[in-house]
Parts: sequence; structure tokens; C-alpha cells
Amino acid sequence: MESLTADLNTLSLDKDGHLANREDWSIDLAQQLAYTCEVGELNDRHWEVINFIRAEFENTGDTPPIRRLTKQSGVSIKELYQLFPKGPAKKMAKIAGLPKPKGCI
Amino acid sequence: MLNKLNKALNPKEWDLVIVDQDETHYYQPGFLFLPFGIYQKEDVEKPKINFFPKNARFIVSGIEQIVPDENKVLLENGEALEYTFLIIATGTEIRPDEIEGLNGDLWHKKIFDFYTIEGALALANFFQTWEGGKLVLNIAEMPIKCPVAPLEFLFLADDYFKKRNMRDKVDITLVTPLDAAFTKPIAAHELGNFMQEKGINIVTDFSIGRVENEENKIISWDEQEVEFDLLVSVPTNMGIEAIARSNMGDELNFIPTNKHTLQSDGWENVFVIGDATNLSSSKAGSVAHFQADILFDNLLSAIDGKPLEASFDGHANCFIESGDGKGLLIDFNYETEPLPGKFPIPGVGPFSLLKESRMNHLGKMGFRWFYWNMLIKGKNLPMDPHMTMTGKYVPETEHA
Repeated sequence: MESLTADLNTLSLDKDGHLANREDWSIDLAQQLAYTCEVGELNDRHWEVINFIRAEFENTGDTPPIRRLTKQSGVSIKELYQLFPKGPAKKMAKIAGLPKPKGCI
Repeated sequence: MLNKLNKALNPKEWDLVIVDQDETHYYQPGFLFLPFGIYQKEDVEKPKINFFPKNARFIVSGIEQIVPDENKVLLENGEALEYTFLIIATGTEIRPDEIEGLNGDLWHKKIFDFYTIEGALALANFFQTWEGGKLVLNIAEMPIKCPVAPLEFLFLADDYFKKRNMRDKVDITLVTPLDAAFTKPIAAHELGNFMQEKGINIVTDFSIGRVENEENKIISWDEQEVEFDLLVSVPTNMGIEAIARSNMGDELNFIPTNKHTLQSDGWENVFVIGDATNLSSSKAGSVAHFQADILFDNLLSAIDGKPLEASFDGHANCFIESGDGKGLLIDFNYETEPLPGKFPIPGVGPFSLLKESRMNHLGKMGFRWFYWNMLIKGKNLPMDPHMTMTGKYVPETEHA
């Protein structure tokens, strides 16, 4: 069997550096992406967040804002910043293989 | 909407009722000018009763709860109203209580907002005797009402302190949760240049977690610290609590609304306008104005049992004060970001898009007259609610 580990250099990315094709995403790839954005080894709490936002994306077509995430997932904002330091909203989406959250203006 | 509907609906068939918790109408775009003494309190307030049609019933009361499944609105004064159609225009309010320590000991002493009449006037008072120091403007989180207002505030502050010969004593910094001065790339680039020219600092990607009142610091969730002598805060914006009590809103009490028809997602006979919606269009007065034309058409269609064919495109049009008697203008919608060009007549103007000019400033100052005399009375402006691409161009260099 071929290695499941995709070569990050061959993946097609969107203009924000997120996965262009959601079908390219895998659990292994998530871990690799986590290393590249200085999140490190993914633990159970990381996975709770990733699974939550992937499910929300399926339902709503968008990455949930941090407020909804903390209200519904039981992960506090403080913990979110510990799990995904410096800009959790973008990093979570990137690791979960989702586009950058839409900014509201 | 009330003035438009009053003209269109047969009074023998329809009762028009408006509920408002406040008898005074505030010209909210004017709040920005209060701290700098450009406008006074009397310039921005008028009694609402002046603007309502005589045969509509005006009830002054807060809302306790909306019960959309029973077509009822329960008022704080104890009255229960039944409706055939409901338009919700409850807007957004600032919530300093959402940030730990923000409305603590320093609130309206060293920490001010300028999105309420009280905050803007308290800040005007503070500026009278302030001798300078670190002025920090912090945006707590998006979305906020009038996303350009914080930048305008900074430009006006720069101008104000220059004119008072104390610009060298004031260090001005924008601290924002965004990764640039503004959300849309081309405008963010232009506005970022402006800030640089005026010597205004920027700290990006800063999500405020708390305010340390004793140490005069704001601290982000990831423990970055910014010190201030004066904090001008744009706190979390939320829909009113009655929306939460009615279980009609999202996590910020904004009501899920169809982005094109302006019908609420949950109920066919409930329409939503302006800041009360959860739409990704700007929370700005121009948006509510353009939405009003669409909502009016769709409400009349709904009354006649016809399909809702009028479609809102997210159109917003904002003057941006840049100080020293000049201003910029931006025009955009859901799909198209603010671009340079001329407005409203292509190639001619008189307004320049995304470019500083005196005419733009005059447009902004003249707008107050249009607001009190035309818009609020439901009179039409010679302007299409939909955005147009004519007169605009996309700059060749892409800005990251």
C-alpha cells in the first residue's frame, strides 16, 4: 500500500494557503498541516475542535465563528488559544482542510 | 419603511403599528464628530414623532419577547400585539460587559466608546483637558456597526491633535483583531497607506481577552499586552437581548435572514432589516436604506401571495472622513470589494471612489441634511439600491 502521507508541496492550495480541494484532506494530512503552522502534535482536545468545525461546515457551508464554537463545543476561548496559538480561527480551519472563515464587514 | 408602507397600503385594510423603546431619534453617523466638537448634541437628535405618519400607531416601549409561532409581540409595558406581518429593525448595540474589565473602574473615565451618545459626549469632555499620551483604539471583535468608523475616528483624532498643536504628544495606535486596517484587500491597502502617512500605528491579529484597569493595559487571549493612557473601545456588537429571549437569533442575537429576499429564515411573515440581520453585508445605514427598497417590494409581494422577486445584493456606500476637510468614498456589495473610480456618474463623479478629496468630505457633511429631510421620511434618492460596476476599475497590482 502506498503511503497515505501526501506531499505537502504537491497539494493544490487556495489563495489563503488553505486546501483547495476538501477531498485531499485526511487525518494524516491534518497532522502534517498542524506541524507546518506551529500547532505541533494534535491531541484529543484538538480533534474535538477539528471534528466540530468540520461537522459545522457540512451543515452550514462555513467555518463557525469562534463565539459559536466556544458556546456549542464546550472549549473555552482561553483553551482555544492554547491549542492553536496566534490566530486559532484561521489555524483550525487550515488544519481541518476548510477555507479561511469568511470575514464580516 | 413605515412612511413607505403608509403610502402604499389601504388604511381601511391595514393597521400600521410601530414599537420603539426610545422617543428620540439619533443621527448615528454624527456620533463620530461629537468627541472632536465638530457636531454638538443638538445636531444629532430629534423627536421620532416628527417623522411618523399620523395614522400609524406609535407605542413607546421596549420589547419583552416576540412569539413568532403565534404571531405575537409582547411589550415591556404589558401589552400584547398580534401581527399579520412583522418587520424587525432592532439593530445592534455595544456590549462592553462581554469583555472582562472593559466596563470596570475606568469606563467613561479613561475608557470610552463613541457608538453611544453618552460615550461620545463623555469623550468630548475628556479631550477638553487631556494633555496627551497613548491613545489606543481597540476593536473587540467583528462584526461591528460601520466598520470604517474606527479608521475615521483615528484620522479625525490625528487632525484634531494637529490643530491643537499637540500631535507630537499623542501616540495613536489601532489594535485590531483583523490582519490589516480593513477587511477587504484593496481598500485595506489604501487605508493602511493613509494610516502610515499620518503616523498612526497598527497592531493586528489582536483578540482582546481582558482589560487590566489598574495597569492601564489591554491583554489578548494569547497574552499580548498593549498599554494605554486613553482607550477608545469598539466593544462586541450584539443584537438586543429580546431577540435572545425570543430564541430567534444566532450566538450574537442576530436573526438568520435570507440574504436576497430579507425574509427571516424561520418565519414567512417576518422580515428583517439593517443591523438586526445576520447578513454578511456591512452593518451600516446605507445598507439598511438599500434594503428598505427591496424589503418594501417583497413585503407587498408577500401580501399579494406572490413570489419574492426583489433581491438585495449587499450594496453599501460609505463616506470615510480622512481629516483636514477631506474624505474618501467606498461603494461595494456581497461580491465586489470597494474599488477605485468615480461615483455616481462614471468618469465624472463628482465623488472619487477610494481616493481622498474635498468633495467626498462635503458629501459626508451634506448627507446629514438628506438624512433628516429625505431618507427618514421615506422619500426616494436618485440612486439605485443595486450596486453598479460602471465607473469602477480593478487596480492592476493585486494586493495581498
